[in-house]
Amino acid sequence: MKALSQKRRHPLAAIALLLMGLMLTGGLYAVATTVNQAKAETTFSAHETAEGEKLFIANCATCHGMGASGTSSGPSLVGVGAAAVDFQVGTGRMPMQMQGPQAQKKPAQFNEEQTAQLSAYVASLGAGPAIPADEYLDGKGDAAAGGELFRVNCAMCHNAAAAGGALTRGKFAPALAGVSNAHIYEAMITGPQNMPVFNDANITPEGKRDIITFLNTIEAQGSPGGAQLGSLGPVSEGLFLWIAGLGVIVAFTIWLTSRTS
Amino acid sequence: MSAASETTYTPTTKVGHITNFVDERVGGSGILREFGRKVFPDHWSFMFGEVALYSFVILLLSGTFLTFFFDPSMAETHYDGPYVPLKGIEMSVAYSSSLNISFDIRGGLFMRQVHHWAALLFVASVSVHMLRVFFTGAFRKPRELNWVVGGVLVILSMAAGFTGYSLPDDLLSGNGLRIIDGVMKSIPIVGTYLSFFLFGGEFPGTVIIGRLYVLHILLIPAIILLMVVVHLFMVVVHKHTQYPGPGRNDRNVVGYPLGPVYAAKAGGFFFIVFGVVALMAAAFTINPIWNYGPYDPSPVSAGTQPDWYIGWVDGALRLMPGWLLGLPMEWHIPLPWGVNTLSLNVLLPALVPAGIVFTVLFTYPWIERWITRDNREHHVLDRPRNVPTRTAIGVAGFVFYCVMWAAASSDLIATHFHVSLNDVTYWLRALFFIGPVLAFIVAKRVALALQRKDREIALHGRETGRIVRLPHGEYQEVHAQLDEYKRYKLVGYESPLPEAGIPNAKGIVDKKEKRRAMLSRFFFEDRVAPATPAELEAGHGHGHHEAVEAGEDTKAVSH
Repeated sequence: MKALSQKRRHPLAAIALLLMGLMLTGGLYAVATTVNQAKAETTFSAHETAEGEKLFIANCATCHGMGASGTSSGPSLVGVGAAAVDFQVGTGRMPMQMQGPQAQKKPAQFNEEQTAQLSAYVASLGAGPAIPADEYLDGKGDAAAGGELFRVNCAMCHNAAAAGGALTRGKFAPALAGVSNAHIYEAMITGPQNMPVFNDANITPEGKRDIITFLNTIEAQGSPGGAQLGSLGPVSEGLFLWIAGLGVIVAFTIWLTSRTS
Repeated sequence: MSAASETTYTPTTKVGHITNFVDERVGGSGILREFGRKVFPDHWSFMFGEVALYSFVILLLSGTFLTFFFDPSMAETHYDGPYVPLKGIEMSVAYSSSLNISFDIRGGLFMRQVHHWAALLFVASVSVHMLRVFFTGAFRKPRELNWVVGGVLVILSMAAGFTGYSLPDDLLSGNGLRIIDGVMKSIPIVGTYLSFFLFGGEFPGTVIIGRLYVLHILLIPAIILLMVVVHLFMVVVHKHTQYPGPGRNDRNVVGYPLGPVYAAKAGGFFFIVFGVVALMAAAFTINPIWNYGPYDPSPVSAGTQPDWYIGWVDGALRLMPGWLLGLPMEWHIPLPWGVNTLSLNVLLPALVPAGIVFTVLFTYPWIERWITRDNREHHVLDRPRNVPTRTAIGVAGFVFYCVMWAAASSDLIATHFHVSLNDVTYWLRALFFIGPVLAFIVAKRVALALQRKDREIALHGRETGRIVRLPHGEYQEVHAQLDEYKRYKLVGYESPLPEAGIPNAKGIVDKKEKRRAMLSRFFFEDRVAPATPAELEAGHGHGHHEAVEAGEDTKAVSH
């Protein structure tokens, strides 16, 4: 007991207390000012982080470097946040199949648990956008408002019907049908590949929810007018008319003139 | 008519009395007799004009239906229809009423799609018809003026299509109008005033939809109708052309009379065309305006293209670089009243290619007539291979058009074939210049090769693939001779020789004549002469063939 009371009066105790106080306020500040408000309540366990580090070293460190500090072939991942990892790994874009204008989608290499572990590890390296909360992913927002936001912010690359479009030098904006709500949200807050970041000041979490609702609606409702021909607009319509429409007409003209009376 | 009044026919029944009464005053039977006996030759490629006419009728019918429900007002409203993703959105009345046609009016969406598919088919069939007329030389005397009327109809059909495309006031059509606005504003000095005149102020203004509506449903269809009447009247006056064949010449028409078989066929064909359009409209979406949302000058959707017939002009705009060899294409010209902008990067691609295409199109019959000095009437068509230079010019023009056409979908080519958009543009820029030249050379060589093949077959018959060993050991392949009718098709054409310049009254070949002689060489220098009767005689009498052919002639080709 005596030893304990003596240690309490240790000359360094004041410094230790000061440090603890600073860390507490700093930590609280960091939590309070995370860029992404729509953060899920899930926090990662130390075990997940440790497992994630192992996976990272085995699968990602070649390009992103030890400690994800980046190399000449891959950027640093410090501060990209769990959302970026969940999007890139969850859609199969990472690990990247090959170098190219942009990472291509492919079947995911890691299961959900492994993806979460990798997210945990990268999130532990520095604060960044977290995986979004379910309340913004339910697709029960305002589809009309979402449609307006989509046309103003997204349609110039992704097409008004979300059918995708071309960018410069082999890059492209993919079609959005079949992309999960979480991935759409994460893409908006992290700006993967050539996409700009739409942070919460730009489009509010509710606005993002509306956009997701709009995309879900147009995907679920089908086309009122019949087969959509890829939703690609006048080019596919013109091709269809010239090949199928005029083709059938030509077949009929040949049939009609092959029997002269 | 005179025949009708001279008749001594006395009707016996009541219906007969009424019919006779009308006929004696209208002269219907005379008209019917005249038209019913009109002979038309039969060929599938002659039917595209008919397809165009029928699509036009479908357009008038479906368009009339649409006018009952469309409101061309640009007043602002909030959508309150059944389409959820647009509920409560601010939009123009024009767009709102287009949505109502699509979702509220019974059969409205179907009629909208019938109208739009028929429009695409109309311009497509007009274009194919025009290509057929060009490549078969049907524009020659006496049909030059009808060719010009046809050219006017092509332009009018494009105008009709574009004004219609702009009416729903959705994002896509607004983007298209913005390009038109940009092209107008690129016209030096007066551009801005023209644009303000058309849009009633700064783009987009509040009047443009109403103005386009009047053009689309009144003025342009009326002129098209007038031109169609002139076009068909001239067809009746000139009589229809025919493909070359035995017994066909420039003084007759071999075919079947209009009544009754042809009339029945034509009537039936109208319903076939209507059926095909209706089937497409029922099963395939066209212009899903609900996807695009209301027009707002700020957003531009990826994959924004015009309908196919305007595509080539859009493509030319996409191909034009903003800077060339370090020089900007945009100039600020100081003028006494201030600085004017000269936007060559918009002006050149918007006007020059279309200018070239339409100038050549309208003047070609006269150019060819001047070069060939051919002032005869032609009612028998050319097979395209038998006029290699004209065919090559046509193919070059076609490729020129198609390169620009492809450029209008450069973004979709890039995404669907996984290539770089920039590379697509670079390649198409190169093809814009090289493509027509290559196409000319290739098409001319192909035409000449086909002529050689024809000549070979006419002279020596068709290779049967049967090898026969003669008694003295020689092996020969048996050639089957063509029958007279088939051979006529291969030898019965003209192949003019290039002409030297003709001296004028003073005995001097002037500059103009020298130029004509040069062009005549360009036209006719490379030629394959059709087999002459003497050559045919010699070809058939080729000793070693004859013995075999004698036993073979019952098996003359009949494929």
